[in-house]
Amino acid sequence: MQLYSCLFYFPMDAVFKALADGSRRKLLDALYADNGQTLTQLCAQLDMTRQAVTKHLLLLEAANLVAILWHGREKLHYLNPVPLHEIYGRWIAKYERPRLQGLEALKKNLENPKETHHGKA
Amino acid sequence: MEKPKFVYVTFIRTTPVKLWEALTQPEQTRQYWGGLINRSDWAIGSKWEHVNEADSDPVYVFGEVLESNPPTRLVMTWVDPDDLADDSVVTLELQPIDDLVRLTVIHGEFKEGSAMQGKVSKGWPLVLSSLKSFLETGTSIDIMGSARTCG
Repeated sequence: MQLYSCLFYFPMDAVFKALADGSRRKLLDALYADNGQTLTQLCAQLDMTRQAVTKHLLLLEAANLVAILWHGREKLHYLNPVPLHEIYGRWIAKYERPRLQGLEALKKNLENPKETHHGKA
Repeated sequence: MEKPKFVYVTFIRTTPVKLWEALTQPEQTRQYWGGLINRSDWAIGSKWEHVNEADSDPVYVFGEVLESNPPTRLVMTWVDPDDLADDSVVTLELQPIDDLVRLTVIHGEFKEGSAMQGKVSKGWPLVLSSLKSFLETGTSIDIMGSARTCG
């Protein structure tokens, strides 16, 4: 765990890398459909070797997109969308805001044509 | 016991004591949990409440503190005040790793057909990313702008 702390703290690169693979996105979809699965359960749904699934899960875990919980003797994998919300906050929300403000001004202009909120009357 | 429904993890550059305070003190929860506060004395057996003081019907979630071991572990029930049968259990675990704290939220034991289950699955990821931002940068995320949340 200690060795990976840097990776855990700067997960943005790891998150994008983890998402840039169809098999890993399939694994996340499988967990979204049924959260908290064992390796064996995940292997049964995917056309991949157990070894390949293990490798993909390690990358997803390093990106903190998959959280592990030991439940009795079973190692369960959970979808952890928290880093996706960090991406949303960092990369999407800030670009979306001006566009939403623009739409709001357009709506005001159309509804109250005498008032101008953008440019010249 | 059935497996929990949700497990959420975030790594925050802070100390377990500061994180515990952020989770349990009303004036801190207000700043990153969409303006809502958590209030309780956090003793085992005590009631806790998740409150929107601006609302005439202010209690959004309440429950009983089942385990309280500051600053490492807090377990509580999570009840919908509009549907008392819709109860579940939340476990918060704080584990220091170098200069980070790994916060794990385990939410399970939902009843069949729980409406709360859908709400918290949207809520927790927003609250946790807002909490991380609040503790690391002093600025939280406007979570109410993204979605109304109960988690």
